[in-house]
Amino acid sequence: MDNLIIAGKPYHSRLLVGTGKYKDFVQTRAAIDASGAQIVTVAIRRTNIGQTAGEPSLLEYLPPEEFTYLPNTAGCYSADDAVRTLRLARELLNGHSLVKLEVLGDPRTLYPNVTETIAAAKVLVKEGFDVMVYTSDDPIIAKQLEDIGCSAVMPLASLIGSGMGILNPWNLQIIIENAKIPVLVDAGVGTASDAAIAMELGCQGILMNTAIASANNPILMASAMKKAVEAGREAYLAGRMAKKLYGAAPSSPITGLID
Amino acid sequence: MQITINGNSRNFESNEMTIAGLILALELAGKRLAIEHNGEIVPRSQFDAVMLQNGDQLEIVGAVGGG
Repeated sequence: MDNLIIAGKPYHSRLLVGTGKYKDFVQTRAAIDASGAQIVTVAIRRTNIGQTAGEPSLLEYLPPEEFTYLPNTAGCYSADDAVRTLRLARELLNGHSLVKLEVLGDPRTLYPNVTETIAAAKVLVKEGFDVMVYTSDDPIIAKQLEDIGCSAVMPLASLIGSGMGILNPWNLQIIIENAKIPVLVDAGVGTASDAAIAMELGCQGILMNTAIASANNPILMASAMKKAVEAGREAYLAGRMAKKLYGAAPSSPITGLID
Repeated sequence: MQITINGNSRNFESNEMTIAGLILALELAGKRLAIEHNGEIVPRSQFDAVMLQNGDQLEIVGAVGGG
């Protein structure tokens, strides 16, 4: 079985999905079912006081017994805020240690602040968290995050929510080649072919939210992403043919032609 | 007593309230929550034991949809 192993735990799905930006929880659930994802990201936010009685919660639609929750630090702009958020997440989810660390640099680009990310990763690893870390596609930073003890490194393909696809496949390839921990593309995937290309490069998995949630038909796109991730993974494992400017080797026999 | 919850100041008639009592008063019983009390996370098992005091700061958080 070709499993994705994160922090010692196997997952048959290599597609991780976010739970934001959907029309409602019914659509969230349907899209996640269609994606086949086992790991779903959630945000940690202040509870609405006074408006919560009887209000449905995400947890009812995505029971934590059925999915692996990946609490994230989206919206955090400092190491301190990120660490604080994930400590609360661990308490919220009964000691759950698998987390997504993301420290942003500015609200316009949502580009990661790698110095704050590194500072937070050091604290979190020391405190026993299994850290899947969102970062830039800088191979040196990716290696540093691995050396700190992160469980997976997750470079962006392009900016969060941009849907621009993989802007620097060469950097991703260098990161993948150097890494001994899983490399997942997180952010920037726009459509199925982007996901397939990332997997063909040798990524161990992909994390996405907007590409599915902002599609005209999120459920159909979730299904497309599932297939793209599987297809890209199989193509990577199969090993592609070499690219040649001139093939000069037809697929049909060159003898026995009718004169 | 006055307590700041998620950045908003609230007044309570009672001056003797635990975190568990506050959760009931806010109609949050049964919700999956994590609570920070004056900057320190309070384990769920301690909700009954921690007494609130005038001027306390609380953060009450939950999981919501997100990427």
